[in-house]
Amino acid sequence: MEQLPFLRHESLDAVLAYRGGRPVTVGRFLADSAALATALPPCSAVVNTCADRYLFAVGLAAALLRRRTTLLLPARVTGHWEEIAQRYPGHCEISDAGIDAGIDGTPMQQVLAGGPERVATLTLQDFAFPGDQAAVIAFTSGTTGRQMPHPKSWGSLVRSTRAVGKIFGIERLGSAAILGTVPHQHMYGLESALLLATQNKSAFDADRPFYPGDVLARLEALPRPRILVTTPIHLRSLVADAGSAPPADLLISATAPLSPQLAAAAELRFKAPLREIYGCSECGQIAHRRTVRAAEWECLEGFRLRQDERGTLVTGAWTSEETLLADTIELLSPARFLLHGRTADLVNIAGKRTSLFHLDYHLNAIEGVLDGIFYMPDEAADSVTRLAAYVVGAPGVTPEFVIDRLRRSIDAAFLPRPLRFVETLPRDANGKVTRAALRDLATPTPGRTP
Amino acid sequence: MSDTDDRQEQAKLAQLIVSTLSLNLRPSDIDVDAPLFGEGLGLDSIDILEISLAVSQTYGVKLRSDDERNVSIFSSLRALNTHIQQHRVR
Repeated sequence: MEQLPFLRHESLDAVLAYRGGRPVTVGRFLADSAALATALPPCSAVVNTCADRYLFAVGLAAALLRRRTTLLLPARVTGHWEEIAQRYPGHCEISDAGIDAGIDGTPMQQVLAGGPERVATLTLQDFAFPGDQAAVIAFTSGTTGRQMPHPKSWGSLVRSTRAVGKIFGIERLGSAAILGTVPHQHMYGLESALLLATQNKSAFDADRPFYPGDVLARLEALPRPRILVTTPIHLRSLVADAGSAPPADLLISATAPLSPQLAAAAELRFKAPLREIYGCSECGQIAHRRTVRAAEWECLEGFRLRQDERGTLVTGAWTSEETLLADTIELLSPARFLLHGRTADLVNIAGKRTSLFHLDYHLNAIEGVLDGIFYMPDEAADSVTRLAAYVVGAPGVTPEFVIDRLRRSIDAAFLPRPLRFVETLPRDANGKVTRAALRDLATPTPGRTP
Repeated sequence: MSDTDDRQEQAKLAQLIVSTLSLNLRPSDIDVDAPLFGEGLGLDSIDILEISLAVSQTYGVKLRSDDERNVSIFSSLRALNTHIQQHRVR
């Protein structure tokens, strides 16, 4: 089995990351990763919740060195965390604070202090792993209540980020610096804000700035060529932000399709080409486009699409089996297509995915909810469309109570806005609530106060 | 600034938040001392980005996360309004 390196850099003195504005070298990273790998207790898998992207990368490399799979779970904010963690007994947790912080924790600073003396014995070749090694597991909400695991081999991550790097000309830019506004515990963030740098001789910023002012300041502080990895939501706020923007050399967006207008405005503002990536948790990155030039998407090398009565299926490259895509797609050729929104049951808000089935299940599981249904209004380009929900409540049950219970079982991004109480749901003769009936409910009749 | 001015500015900010986020409530329903994030009004990070954009366009105040008071700025409508009034340029 071919050994695939964690880094493509040729020198230990090359810059791999910017942390708090300061460059971190490849040599330092190797030392830190080796130190963490040594300090890692015996465990079945590693939950890496680091928000600092440098520490996350150190944790990922340490887990690979110890032949352990990293579970992509962000900070313990969602209700899914415990449910997933329980499925992997014997795992250990790496956080910004250290290993298993709070239990018998070793502080991160103490762990990494063991690094420097090892650096002389380390070479880049020690940081190469077999293509079939189980590297990470990503999670998405399936159509049932359970979170679905999507295991990724080290080879699939490397080949995917090498392919995108080649198409986007990352190496040709020469020692680029990548700034990401997306979490690296999400496939897009992992691949584009971290691995795209490590696999294409570039550097990544450890910070994940949030407000437009912070994004612009961090970007300006990075040496050129510099790349911004972001989402339509952030791009919209960055384009609307007054004042000047520092020039970039490449903009990358994913999670939802961009409108050509916003793409053009972003290119103008940052004086850089904007490229979009289309992908999903099951397959990773599948296709790309330069939004201002073409509406159609072009598959990455090796991917092929076909359609049958189930929908659109994708095969090839680093995916092991044929996968059904959750989007409505118009095929122009096996490798070129147009996106026409999502299939009816699927909900994607700011890159977080779930199904109406899943949401309805949790809504109706709440005591005091006699009948309830979620509704996704028609989505507008570039802005975030929120879900609505309609509930027939038992006497004494309030909207606040329902929201409070929902917050325990579903991600905050899917909380209904508005949540409206109704006397009955508009069920037809078959007991079904049609989308048209829900649209009527959502649009108040003129002259009547809702 | 008098208490009356404060209340008027808070009401304007509440209106801005309600219209920006298409919230299904009256601006006067927002408790000026309840947290905007999480438990109180139930806003999430996407909303905070939307509000920061509207605040920047309306008042010329740019919110930054390296601002030490950042956590407290979004602790309530009253706190956000106080921050805006101290830094507004229009």
